[in-house]
Amino acid sequence: MTETFEKVEDIEIRLLLDALYHRYHYDFRNYAMASIRRRLRQAREQLGFQTISALQESALHDPDLLPVLLRYLTVQVSEMFRDPSYFQAIRDKVIPHLRTYPSLKVWIAGCSSGEELYSFVILFREEGLEERTIFYATDINPEALAQAESGIYDLERVRLFTENHRRAGGKTSLSDYYHSGYNRCVFDKSLRRQVVFSDHSLVTDQVFGEMQFVSCRNVMIYFDRDLQDRAIGLFKDALPRNGFLGLGAKETLRFSAHADAFRDFVREEKIYQRAGT
Amino acid sequence: MMETAGGAVIIGASAGALEALSVILPKLASDFPRPILVIVHVPPDKRSVLASIFDAKCRLRAVEAEDKEPIEAGVIYFAPPDYHLLIEDTKTIALSDEDQVLFSRPSIDVAFESAAEVWGKSLIGIILTGANHDGAQGLKAVAAAGGTVIVQDPDGAYAGAMPQAALAACPQALVLPVDIIASYLQGIAA
Repeated sequence: MTETFEKVEDIEIRLLLDALYHRYHYDFRNYAMASIRRRLRQAREQLGFQTISALQESALHDPDLLPVLLRYLTVQVSEMFRDPSYFQAIRDKVIPHLRTYPSLKVWIAGCSSGEELYSFVILFREEGLEERTIFYATDINPEALAQAESGIYDLERVRLFTENHRRAGGKTSLSDYYHSGYNRCVFDKSLRRQVVFSDHSLVTDQVFGEMQFVSCRNVMIYFDRDLQDRAIGLFKDALPRNGFLGLGAKETLRFSAHADAFRDFVREEKIYQRAGT
Repeated sequence: MMETAGGAVIIGASAGALEALSVILPKLASDFPRPILVIVHVPPDKRSVLASIFDAKCRLRAVEAEDKEPIEAGVIYFAPPDYHLLIEDTKTIALSDEDQVLFSRPSIDVAFESAAEVWGKSLIGIILTGANHDGAQGLKAVAAAGGTVIVQDPDGAYAGAMPQAALAACPQALVLPVDIIASYLQGIAA
């Protein structure tokens, strides 16, 4: 009985993802199923639907439900300077290479609510590279992009951000970049001078320029193998020879069709360099 | 690649995990016929040394799981710090950085529920020592899917709260001291 029911639920999930694609052109059909299944169950329970099919019916007929569903389907967990050793490695090993370029483009793919983006901008400012860099911050979730653009975070998170920044070898005080009040902290708008925020999908969109650095961390864990290959193919096309790709701490190119197009640059930090082909 | 048709073993542990796992994992023979997934609560901001400790101690290979990694029999996979570990129907590792569950990431509940979906009645779920309630719902899910459920005897555990919570959620579970759990698992290989 249980097993039959589970299979029905998987059918319902596929139908819902089809519906979202045909109705709104959000394509979650090649997302990793184990996590999607869990989050759609949460959505069903918390939004008070008996079945995923009932949720699907509402999603088709009520556009107001879309942003709510996007909150469940796109994971918004990030922190500034998450994995400080990643940023330390960029500072020590990647920045010396980037210094040799007259102008730079950095792509934060799947920037969510912006914590990773601001970490990069602050790091580049500390290293004197901000002025010659354009940062592209992209995501599919308009709510997350709007939050990234506002640069407003809960004050209680700032202690962690500050500690991470320090452990990442920060040369300034994080408090130089924000002011606080009403339990919020607002990051300085000067940090956004060199930033282009844009709606971009790794699932359906194409490359939009040549980048010297692509950082896409903990985004592709939510994709299946085929979709990972598509995304990594985009990064491969965006990066010139010797361009850099940074992934999440437990993500790897090892199982990708494009593994040969990259070589380890800082192995333990999952920083790769585009090989010449 | 070895077959995983024989199912899998999933183990959840928290406070006191290192000692309890040190009784169990090194006992397993090099031809142990199932993959072993281990979810231990570890601090998010540190590199975990569990995989390298047990890789040195065990006859089986022990690794820290990476995203999309195929799951093979005879390998011990540790959930990495700060990620949930889930399993896809294709028997590959799926990591996730969704919110903490019961203040934990990795969450034992999340991993056990996911493994129960994939392996059903050929899964063995084991809850060991720990000072919180994580794992209770997960073990219940393993039982509901027809799997075998085992709980470390809370009396001999370094921290009894986690086995007690698991037993409350899953009263039909086998209650065994760690050394007997080790022999039980080794019996599967024989």
